[in-house]
Amino acid sequence: MQTHQYDVVIIGAGGAGMRAALESSKRTRTAVISKLYPTRSHTGAAQGGMCAALANVEEDNWEWHTFDTVKGGDYLVDQDAAEVMAKEAIDAVLDLEKMGLPFNRTPEGKIDQRRFGGHTRNHGEAAVRRSCYAADRTGHMILQTLYQQCVKHDVEFFNEFYVLDVLLSDDLTGGEVPDGAEVKVSGVVAYELATGEIHLFRAKSVIIATGGAGKIFKTSSNAHTLTGDGMALAFRRGIPLEDLEFFQFHPTGLAGLGILLSEAARGEGAILRNGDGERFMERYAPSIKDLAPRDIVARAMANEVRDGRGAGPEKDYILLDLTHLEKAHIDAKLPDITDFARTYLGIEPYTEPIPVYPTAHYAMGGIPTTITSQVLRNNTDTVGGLYAAGECACVSVHGSNRLGTNSLLDINVFGKRAGVAAAEYAIGADWVDLPDDPEVGVVAELEEMRTRPTGERVADVRRELQQTMDTNAQVFRTDASLRQALADVHALQVRYATVSVQDKSKAFNTDLLEALELGFLLDVAEVVVVGALNRQESRGGHFREDFPLRDDAGYMKHTMAYRRPLGQVAPAAVSTATSAGPTAAGATAAGPTATGSDPVESVGGPGASAPGTFDVVLGYKPVVVTRYEPMERKY
Amino acid sequence: MATTATTDAPETSGAFGAVPSFDVTLRIRRFTPELTGAEAYWEEFTVTAYGTDRLLDALHKVKWDLDGSVTFRRSCAHGVCGSDAMRINGKNRLACKSLLKDLNPDKPITIEPIKGLPVIKDLVVDMDPFFASFREIMPFLITTGNEPTKERLQSSAQRERFDDTTKCILCAACTTSCPVFWTDGQYFGPAAIVNAHRFIFDSRDEGAAQRLEILNDKEGVWRCRTTFNCTEACPRGIEVTKAIAEVKRAMITRAF
Repeated sequence: MQTHQYDVVIIGAGGAGMRAALESSKRTRTAVISKLYPTRSHTGAAQGGMCAALANVEEDNWEWHTFDTVKGGDYLVDQDAAEVMAKEAIDAVLDLEKMGLPFNRTPEGKIDQRRFGGHTRNHGEAAVRRSCYAADRTGHMILQTLYQQCVKHDVEFFNEFYVLDVLLSDDLTGGEVPDGAEVKVSGVVAYELATGEIHLFRAKSVIIATGGAGKIFKTSSNAHTLTGDGMALAFRRGIPLEDLEFFQFHPTGLAGLGILLSEAARGEGAILRNGDGERFMERYAPSIKDLAPRDIVARAMANEVRDGRGAGPEKDYILLDLTHLEKAHIDAKLPDITDFARTYLGIEPYTEPIPVYPTAHYAMGGIPTTITSQVLRNNTDTVGGLYAAGECACVSVHGSNRLGTNSLLDINVFGKRAGVAAAEYAIGADWVDLPDDPEVGVVAELEEMRTRPTGERVADVRRELQQTMDTNAQVFRTDASLRQALADVHALQVRYATVSVQDKSKAFNTDLLEALELGFLLDVAEVVVVGALNRQESRGGHFREDFPLRDDAGYMKHTMAYRRPLGQVAPAAVSTATSAGPTAAGATAAGPTATGSDPVESVGGPGASAPGTFDVVLGYKPVVVTRYEPMERKY
Repeated sequence: MATTATTDAPETSGAFGAVPSFDVTLRIRRFTPELTGAEAYWEEFTVTAYGTDRLLDALHKVKWDLDGSVTFRRSCAHGVCGSDAMRINGKNRLACKSLLKDLNPDKPITIEPIKGLPVIKDLVVDMDPFFASFREIMPFLITTGNEPTKERLQSSAQRERFDDTTKCILCAACTTSCPVFWTDGQYFGPAAIVNAHRFIFDSRDEGAAQRLEILNDKEGVWRCRTTFNCTEACPRGIEVTKAIAEVKRAMITRAF
């Protein structure tokens, strides 16, 4: 084992991680640990743009942007956080331009802006041009630009290192640490892919910036590597996950493949049509039509297909029609996504509409943080030195549905905030003692999994997980479908305990890493489903057919999901939780005893999913409301 | 050794109608020093594939259903992250952008690691020398004086001047297709020059002279023999050879 010592360790080298690194490394000794080379991160797949009220092409201001974000999130957004994001958006875009990002330009040479879903003028009057963009590869340009700046400033990277444990001063999973007690981070344990060696990083501050978890679903726009690692690591150490039941299904994935076609297509004038050629969004969102927020469009599309108005031989997809747009306009503004349609479906978008269908895209929820990116371990207490930013975090600026472009904004605004805060904390903080033998749990789990001669195949368990999540926990959900999903996830967790890999070697063992990632997926999926089962209302990206209306009296509050020992009711701070409700029922219905397996003993480390040892316990956190009282959401 | 797998359903099935299936054989160049010693060897796998499958889907079937030890990098699976550049039937391609139906599945598809970088395991190469060359050309905006209060102005025409080279995803398909790079690992290679081009022709940048000085080195831009392999290999459609020629011309004329 090798040991390292840095003031700040950042986990993840996507947009949030690198934006944090630029701030932190100029203030103090910083290392970035990434399971991929930084330029492979999925920030690079983002297409459409980054909204900021620059008002370069028409009147706009940050207050309108705040309102759109709050309304788009169906009023589950913390309004103080949304205001911070919308205000700081302007400098975030200008920062990137000064770093060299090649934005498209207006005739005056300023940053050009275009329309995007849910972004409106004067509180919903009409679509506004707010999205700053670089063709349809804005995320690629952000990722490249941030990496270029990291090269310039000599940021230190540990590439292809997997963080497998986040070390805290206290074990929170027992539920015995009182509210108000001081809990601090002391470092991370990482696995070097090239050699199989374990590395211990001691740190005063740790920033989790590991991105999303879209691979819990089968049809997804996400990279294979988006397996919820950071969320699951925090959760396993007893830190709650907030609002994870809210998952965004992006309306326009390539049908059958899930590959993303940006909302920028509709921002540039493309139209969604059903099998009858009808522009059906006129019925669902009369004022902004195809540019309604994603949850509304995705549901409308699924609804059209369900009612027999889909397109294609099986009537099972919707058409994205660009054929009325000028070829030159398409080439200039949407070159990459039209190339995707040609490459993967053999469709020529100049002349043929593109088959599309909703695809799992973005986790609105994640590790709860304050507006300075500090990780919360309950509704009020932060963990000293621990920060999170980007998709793995929940500030919450996206509430129950994220507006398009607000993710690229989130990573820049809160990545920067995390980097500044983590560095400043580290400069003033003392070293925290590491636990004894901090690597033991990780090493034991890795070795056991690597050397287990036979057992379940990783791919089989993962396929079944993704299938049940697509079938039972996607755009439309019911009590019955979610109970089925929970039972399936629990059964798969039991099977996961005996998973075996074929590659027994130490060097570059991606077989072994996929197995570990599957453990993260199972943990995250369980939290998604338990939260969805408990939330008996429909809001944003979470739609319950058995509870089709939003219920502000019952559920205008954030879900906080904790890993706690079996049988524990709820953390003290959240004693109002309905733990006797569907959650407990779900847990008993599908507990490991029902499948006939013995409970699995915890190895004392982060452990894999541990059926029979822990339960998901739910609490609630109030939504921060500053300016905007909840209203009915109409577009 | 040959192994066969069939799965019940295509990985990429779902909403998009019924797709005909066919068998395809992958002939993979393997290198597993920890298990089989220092000699690389070939191994064949046959899997069932579908019309819309990419080569990456077939590789996943091999890894997930037949032999978990077959090792390759991948992430986004749609041609934007640059992880899975490999030598496919002798040509550098991204596995996730190569459709099986375009690769003539009647014959075994040969898959090798990209050439010119040290192989670590199977299709995985050491990318550090590649990124080291990238870093050497100062791939970041260089400016002098105070920053403006708002954005720097740039006309659409000025922006268009370097648009092509901003598409680079650093997958190394170009550099590892270059015969000069194969014989001389010191050569900067096409990808580094593409990224230098991206800044040399950016109207906001003031570091062109420094970059041209670096590329005027004996391992610099003059090593290019204009074989066009790089342009042919680029999965992003960048006119790499043209970009290199523009850098050469800028070096002579000092006009950029």
